[in-house]
Order: sequence, then structure tokens, then C-alpha cells
Amino acid sequence: MIPASFDYVKATSVDGAVAALVKGGEDAKVLGGGQSLLPVLRLRLNAPSVLIDVSEVGEMRSVTDDGDSILIGASVTTYEVMHNELVKEHAGLLSLTAGVVADPAIRHKGTFGGSVAHADPAGDLPTVAAALDCEMVIAGPNGRRTVAAKDFFVDYFTTALAADEVLVAVRVPKLGAGWSYNYQKFNRTAQAWAIVGVAAAVKSENGTITEARVALTNMGATPIRATGVEAALAGASSSEAIAAAASKAADGTSPTSDLHADGEYRKHLAQVLTRRAVQAASGI
Amino acid sequence: MTATAETTDTTKAIGRPIRRKEDERLLHGRTNWTDNIQLPGTIHMATLRSPMAHAKITNIDISAAVASEGVLHVYIGADFPDLPGTTCVWPVTDDIVMSHMPAICTDEVRYVGDVVAIVLATDQNLAVDALQLIDIDYEPLGAVVDMEEALKPGSPLVHESAGTNLCYTAKMPCGDYEAAKAKADVVVSRRFINQRLIPNTMEPRSVVAAPMGMSDEITIWTSTQIPHVLRVLLALLTGIPENHIRVVAPDVGGGFGAKLQINREEVLALVLAKKLGRPIKWTEARSEHFVSTHHGRDQIQDIEIAATKDGTVLGMKVDLLADMGAYLQIITPGTPLLGMFMYSGIYKMEALDFTCTGVYTTKTPTDAYRGAGRPESTYAIERIMDELAAELGMEPMELRKKNWIKHDEFPYTQIAGLTYDTGNYEAATERAMEMFGYEALRVEQEARRAAGDPVQLGIGISTFTEMCGLAPSRTLGALKYVAGGWEHCTVRALPTGKIELITGTSPHGQGHETAWSQIASDIIGVPVEDIEVVHGDTGRSPYGMDTYGSRSLAVGGQAIKLAGERLVEKARIIAAHQLEVSPDDVEFSAGTYSVKGDPEKSTTIQAVAFEAFTAHNLPDGVEPTLSGEATVDPLDFSYPHGTHLAAMEVDTETGKVTLRKYVCVDDCGVQINPMIVEGQVHGGVAQGIAQAMYEGAVYDAEGNLLTASLAEYLLPSAADLPSFDTDRTVTPSTTHPLGTKGIGEAGAIASTPAIINGVIDAIRHLGVNNIDMPASPMTVWRAIQAAKSGGN
Ligand SMILES: Cc1cc2nc3c(=O)[nH]c(=O)nc-3n(C[C@H](O)[C@H](O)[C@H](O)COP(=O)(O)OP(=O)(O)OC[C@H]3O[C@@H](n4cnc5c(N)ncnc54)[C@H](O)[C@@H]3O)c2cc1C
Repeated sequence: MIPASFDYVKATSVDGAVAALVKGGEDAKVLGGGQSLLPVLRLRLNAPSVLIDVSEVGEMRSVTDDGDSILIGASVTTYEVMHNELVKEHAGLLSLTAGVVADPAIRHKGTFGGSVAHADPAGDLPTVAAALDCEMVIAGPNGRRTVAAKDFFVDYFTTALAADEVLVAVRVPKLGAGWSYNYQKFNRTAQAWAIVGVAAAVKSENGTITEARVALTNMGATPIRATGVEAALAGASSSEAIAAAASKAADGTSPTSDLHADGEYRKHLAQVLTRRAVQAASGI
Repeated sequence: MTATAETTDTTKAIGRPIRRKEDERLLHGRTNWTDNIQLPGTIHMATLRSPMAHAKITNIDISAAVASEGVLHVYIGADFPDLPGTTCVWPVTDDIVMSHMPAICTDEVRYVGDVVAIVLATDQNLAVDALQLIDIDYEPLGAVVDMEEALKPGSPLVHESAGTNLCYTAKMPCGDYEAAKAKADVVVSRRFINQRLIPNTMEPRSVVAAPMGMSDEITIWTSTQIPHVLRVLLALLTGIPENHIRVVAPDVGGGFGAKLQINREEVLALVLAKKLGRPIKWTEARSEHFVSTHHGRDQIQDIEIAATKDGTVLGMKVDLLADMGAYLQIITPGTPLLGMFMYSGIYKMEALDFTCTGVYTTKTPTDAYRGAGRPESTYAIERIMDELAAELGMEPMELRKKNWIKHDEFPYTQIAGLTYDTGNYEAATERAMEMFGYEALRVEQEARRAAGDPVQLGIGISTFTEMCGLAPSRTLGALKYVAGGWEHCTVRALPTGKIELITGTSPHGQGHETAWSQIASDIIGVPVEDIEVVHGDTGRSPYGMDTYGSRSLAVGGQAIKLAGERLVEKARIIAAHQLEVSPDDVEFSAGTYSVKGDPEKSTTIQAVAFEAFTAHNLPDGVEPTLSGEATVDPLDFSYPHGTHLAAMEVDTETGKVTLRKYVCVDDCGVQINPMIVEGQVHGGVAQGIAQAMYEGAVYDAEGNLLTASLAEYLLPSAADLPSFDTDRTVTPSTTHPLGTKGIGEAGAIASTPAIINGVIDAIRHLGVNNIDMPASPMTVWRAIQAAKSGGN
């Protein structure tokens, strides 16, 4: 279908984007790559009066090294996240996962910030943001603030962003030496969203896991850190120990049911995929 | 991947894998899709569709829409109370309950997607905007979603006046099944669900209707497979004289049966173009397509097979429930019956007891979809053969070999009365098994089982045949189909020696322009490049029965051959006159007429064409101009066959199914263009795999379509499919003068049971003996869980 008509503003700076949002009021929306927003408009599930396009705001288009972390502009595309050298070196889990998002055409248009701001529980990149303890750099009429991933994702398609705020960048802490990682995405066709996804990063020494981060996609309203698994993995050095830890993956979750999977099946998948992700990451 | 590069006679066009002439234009976007047509003064139509599956319309308020920007008219059912939106040309039984689908619903809606109002505006966007301003009150009447529930007393009625949801019961008892069953050592029965599918063409439906000004003619361009049939039906439905209607199918981006239809949007566009005197245009959105373009399949199949313990099949009982949806469209009730004769597949048996019950529900109407009836019958027989093999403890291919018709038994009249002209199941199977590495895969399967590998391997078999070329006309008449099965061709030699081949077939992706040129090139001796194929326009190609049911080559090819031969014979008389000899003394080869024994004395078909044009020196009694014309009613159906093998991996921990390897050897008789055959096989196989693994319409209890977009209704892409290994055997048809059969639907018919047989073969040892399609990970995982806990 065709979206209802709307006004379009091409922002050239973060301040300009925020000013346009304030001016547009409740009915204004930020436009990133449009890969999630435009389908919503075409189905006429939403009809904003103005779209403020931030996809070419210079400050939001770069990846920079910032000491212990890298800073990825919100308008950096998924394709660029996949191939950027800094991301590959310091946040390999993110570039690996970017490669399983949708299809090449969508990866070229869709943005990292758009994916995080959209907060689809089936999105792959928000899960990685949660696993890596990223911080969101947000600009609004009262200046800038930073929100940790665990506080950023609030509910289905709902984040800590206010209507007049723009996500400027995502700060990704560097993983450092000794870490390895894996992302398991379970879906039915190549370009489809995850039915369940699991991001795992583990630090190991001499065949024993010393520290682990495990986050789940589509197991609830937001990305979920599988803290029970993480705790149980510390000290694991056998596939049995990993399997035992992974069996806690669905603890405390209440995933939704849809046509592809009901909640019970999702819980089962979370355990299998967690085991596989940790095994693949750790090589144990 | 193909092994079909061999070339026969390099002087012949037939048999050469030449690239499709039409592709360069199509690939460069120099196309004429219906939605590309822009006529001055066009009025855009948008359709408001019912959000309710079944309800009474209690009030309609169009005032806000009428006042909306750009809106010219808003029409509701009351404006066209007697205008039908479609018609059914196949009342399959004497006591069938027919239905009336209004162009616009008047007082009741019967499925989500039923049309309740239309807006005409100066711009498409404004027309869509105004739809949201129409206010309709509905009073729910109760959805009818499940076929078995629909037949129970007390069910809400889709058509109240009929007093029942039962549309028809068709029976075809062949032989004495009860007697056969009494002799049997083994009887196996299963319930298969051949799920509802939603055909998705690349090009959505679209129509433009325009009064042409210089006459009473209204031209209607529409994305259809059936311009000729549509013209007749539009005339009958609207009362507009047939000779005032010209139907053009311009470039059509896929059909698969979904455009073998007469649709209410076409009826409305035509009627409104006449009423308002301006062009009317309508194009569906993909989301609209999901609810409004007819659906396919949707059968519950209760299948029983009886055999002796040595594996000799005795008979089969088929009991179908077929979902019609809310209304009968063009061949809705006949579609399941197109498979009626094919339930015995390639096997010999004494009895086949067939019953089909058509049921109305409050869902989108069903109708033909690639294979129409034969995918369902093939699925049933090929699945039940595997179940029988398991029950008997026989290797499934051995069971098939024991029961199939041997190559030296053709022509063979099978249990339903069809005579299969030719076939060689042994040869196709042997080649397929060799390419597949059948034995090695069985060894690997054993090893994985023994090791308890979480990923199990299965081999899926489908040794299929199907019937192509809906025809002959007398047979169709006997089946109560209201049209014939003939096809027409005119071959015209123009004064400059170029050829126009006018066909009644109507391609929408099949490559007719190339294949028809190849046939004509060999017959009249003119290069393929010099032949222009004219099609899909009742103004330029007045006679035809169009394209569906793998009929175009099977039937249309015969007309091309005969028309070409007639042209050659007329030209021979003129050539003989020019060469001053008797026609009997003139030889014709590769476009040249020469005097027998004196080949220096010769002329060409192009030169004769010019003579026929000037008509200065024609023999007495010979009329000017050079053409050949033929309308051919075929002798019989034709029966392509093949062996398809699938290696399936099932991840028993997650239920995920992966197609590892797919081999198929198809026999469609003589191949006019092996590259086109290859393309048809690839597309068809992919579509059949899609039914097995991905597709399936799902409705909720209120009759809402839950799989209403490509996000929920999964279609595989190239990334989900392996490279297919294809080859062929060639067993020429004896009922077709070119020896050809049909290939348009074969892949879609054959592949679905191969996939499911493979999935079950992988996990049968765990206790699984059936999986409802699509074999989604959750479905397969649940089947394994259920088997583990004792049930299935
Ligand atoms: C067919 C298909 C398949 C897909 N499959 C996957 C998949 O497998 N995995 C996956 O993770 N994703 C998938 N996606 C989603 C894709 O990755 C999207 O591009 C992404 O989620 C949104 O990014 P975008 O830049 O397109 O955002 P947009 O569509 O432009 O915006 C999305 C939302 O975020 C808001 N927004 C965007 N940028 C900002 C900003 N800088 N500040 C504040 N708000 C902002 C918008 O207002 C809007 O509400 C798929 C999309 C499609 C169409």
C-alpha cells in the first residue's frame, strides 16, 4: 500500500534534527534507513505528519576509536557495521551478527541506530548491544545523555528515547584479549527475522571459561541477558558443563507465541541455541 | 545444474537450448506491465474490503469519502445490484450448489477481502486515502473456517438460501474397491492435509479499461492468463456485446493459475469505463493480493491403500474434503477433480474408489494453482506408497518398481480409464538414482542412525506422472466443463518475407515467443529471428483458449505445426507455378523449393511470399496472400513423468529441516528448447518445495487471515534452496505430432511429496509416520516429541 502523505525534513546536524523533532511535536518521527519505519507507514499502522531523515547527518555516520570503547554513529548502516575494521577488531560479535540481519539490500539501507531505536524483540543487533553492555548516546532539547543498554530497552518496540530525542551513537566497550564469541540465529528462511537468537561472548583461559555474556533475541519484550547461564558458565570446561549451564537459558523468560513458534518451543530453542553458541564460541 | 547440453541436429531449431528472445527486453525493463499503462484522463479505482469473515452490512456511510479530495465517485453494492463479480464455468455435478459473487457486496460479506465499496478518484493515492473515510456497520454472522465443522448441523451457513455448506459430492468408483480390500493382507490409511496456499506472482493483478473513442470498442488490458476466455465471460456477465470488447494481456509477470480467473475488479473496470466514458485503472497492493486473489489447494485427504504382503497394490480409496472458500469462481469446484483420474499415479491396481466433497467456508475462494488437482493427487499416492512400504518393511523404491507400469506395457489404460500413451519409469529412475548416489546415501543414513546423530538423514522419493493439455473438447464436455480444449494458430508470411505467428496461447513467463519460433522455423524454413510471435490480444489473435494446465505446447504446439504445414503446402503450389513444374515435382527443404532432380531450379519461401502479395502471376484458383491457419483439438491428454529424489536432513534437537540435495530426471517427451524446460523444472520444483517446507495460509477461528503478508507467509528465496541436479529422458508422446508432452507444472507436482517423504524417512525410526505441511521446525519437533512420548 501507499503511506498517508507526510512532510519530509532532511537533517544536516544532530541539533537540527532535534529542533525539527521539537517543532514537529508528537507526530514527528525520526527516519533512519526506513527499513522498519516505511513498512509500518505503508501498512498504514502509523501516520506521522513529518519524517526527519538523519541518515546523512555527518556526526552520526562515523565509527571512531575512543580508548576503551568504539563509538558507532547511529546512521552507520548494517552493511558498514559488518565490514568496518574497527568494529571487526574490537566488537567482532557485532560485525558477525550484522551479517545475519535480513538481506544485503536491507543491510545497505538499514542503520545500526535505527535497529536499536526500533527495539524489535526479534532484532539481532539490540541483543548484541545488550550482550556487550553498550551505552546509547542520546541528544534531546536539553542536551545529551547516556543510557546503558539494560535501561534502554523498555518494552516491545519501546525504548528510553523520548519523542523529541535522537539516538546519536552507540558506545561499544572493547572486548579485549581472551574473548571469543558466536551468534546463533534460528529462522525459517534466509532473510527472515529470528524466531530465537542467542549471542554469546566468552573469555577462556586454558580451556576453562572464566567469564561469559549471553543474551537472547525474541525471548521476551526486550533483549534478555541470560544471567543464570552466565553465572553457571564461569568455570565450565566441558561440553557437559556447557550443556548444563545452557539448560538455564529459558529460566524466567516468557516468550510470545506466534505462527512460527509458541512459547514452549521458543524456550526449548533458547536452550539448544545457547549450548551451540557457547560451544562454538569457546571451542569446548 | 544441468546435464542437458547435448545438441541433436544443428540444422534444426527444435531441440536447441537457445536463449529466450523475450528476455533481453524483459531484463532491461522495456516492458509493458498493465500498471505501466498511462492513458490521459484515467480514473483510479480503489477497493474497500471487508474486515469481517461473515457479516451483515447494516449501514454504509460514504459521505465523508465522497467529499474527500480528488474523489469522483464512491460506489456500493446498491449501485450495481445485479452485476456479478465472477462466474463458474464448471458446475461439476447436476446437483451442485452454485453461488453468486456480486461485483460489490450488497447486504452480506462472506470472507475477509470481500469487496464492499469502491472509490474512483483522480489519483491512486487519493482513492486509497478516501477508503478510510467510508464507514460501514457490520453485524457478525459467524465465521465458517473448518470444513468438517461446516458440514455439521447447526453450523453457520455461508449461503443461507442454500440451506447447507455442502457444495457438491463427486464420486468415481473404478473397479470394486471392497473386493480388492477383502483380498488384501495389508491396509494402510492416513489423513493428509494438502494445505491452503496463496499464489504469489511477481506482478500483482492489475487492470485498465478504456473506451477507444473511434468505435464502441472498450479495450481492457489486464494481467491475465486468459484474454480469450475472459472476453467471452465479460460479455456474458456485463451484457456488453462481445464484439465491443477487446482484451489485451500485455506483459504478464507470472500467473501459476492465479490469473486464470475472471475477477470482480475486471468486471467493474469494464462496466465503469463504459458508464463514465473514461479509462479506469486498478492495481492491487500485495497485502490486498493476499486476501483477494484466489487461493489454491486446501484439501483434507483421507487415503487408504490395500496390498498383498508381497507388495502388490490392489486398490485405493480416496475421500476428499475440498475447500471452495466463500464463492465458486471460474473453475473452483473442478480444480480438485483435475486430480481425480490421477490418484493411482504410475501404478497398476484393480480398484480406485474416489469421492470428493466440496465445502463452502467463509474464506477467500480457491481455484487453480500450479498443477491444480494433480499436486494433491500426486502427494496422496506418493506419500501413501511410502507408508505402505514402511508397513510392509519394503524398500520404498522397490515397492514402486513392483507396481509401476513397465515401459513395454504402454499404451496402458489405467484404473481410472486414462490411456497413458508412453513412458519409461525404469529409465528415469535408474538415471536419477545414479545421479543421486542413492546407495551411498542409504549407507550414510544407516550410519547416522546407528550413531544417534542429532542430525538424521532421509531419502524422499517421488516417481510421478501427470496429465497435461486440458483437452480434448469432447472429454471436457463430458466432464461438464463449458468450454473446449482446442487451440489455434495462424502463420502469416508477410510480403517482405518476415513471419507473424499468431497464437491463441497467452504466455506469462513461459517463453512461448522463443519456443513457438523454433517450431515454426523448422517447419517453414525461416530463421528463428525472422519470426514474430503475436499473442495475448483478442484484437490481433482472435481465436484461442489461452495458457494453463501445461496445455500451451501440448495443444498449441500442434496448431503451430499444422498451420505451418498448410502455409508450406500453399507456397508449394505457387512455387511450382513459378518453376513451371507440377507441385509433385517440387521438394521443400530449409525454406527452399527446388525441382526434383534439378536443384539449381529453385525459389525461396520469402520469394513466394512476395509473389503471393503482388498476385501478378499466381496459378488459377490460388488466392493471393500466404498464410496457414489451423485450429486443433488434440487426440488425448499427454503424460509427462519423472523421478525426483530429495536428501533431507532433520535436526532432531530443533526440528529444522534442510534440503541437502535434490535430483530430478523428467521425461516430457521431445524438448523444443531444453533451456526453457530446465527453467520450468527449476521454478516448479522450488514452488513444490515451498509447499512442503514453507507456505501455508493460516486463518484464526474468526476467519481472519493470519498469514496476510510476506512477513508471515514464507516464500523461499534462492538462498534457501540448493542447486538442483536435473536431467531428462526422452520418451516421445505418440498422441502429439511433435512428440512433446508438457513441463509447466511437473516440478511443482513432483517435488512436494519427495520432500515430505524424505523428512519422514529421516525420523521414521523415532516413530513418526506423518507430518502436516509445511514441515516447519516446530511441527517437526513436536512430531518427534509426540513420538517419543508414545503417540504420533
Ligand atoms: C524484510 C526485512 C527483514 C528484516 N530482517 C531483520 C533481521 O533479520 N534482523 C534484524 O535485526 N532486523 C531485520 N530487519 C530490520 C532492519 O534491520 C531495519 O533496518 C532496522 O531494524 C531499522 O533500521 P532503519 O535504519 O531502517 O530504521 P528506520 O526504519 O528508519 O526506523 C525504525 C525506527 O527507529 C526510529 N529511529 C531510526 N533512527 C533513529 C535515531 N537515530 N534516533 C531515534 N530514533 C530512530 C524511527 O523513528 C523508527 O521508529 C528486517 C527488515 C526487513 C524489511
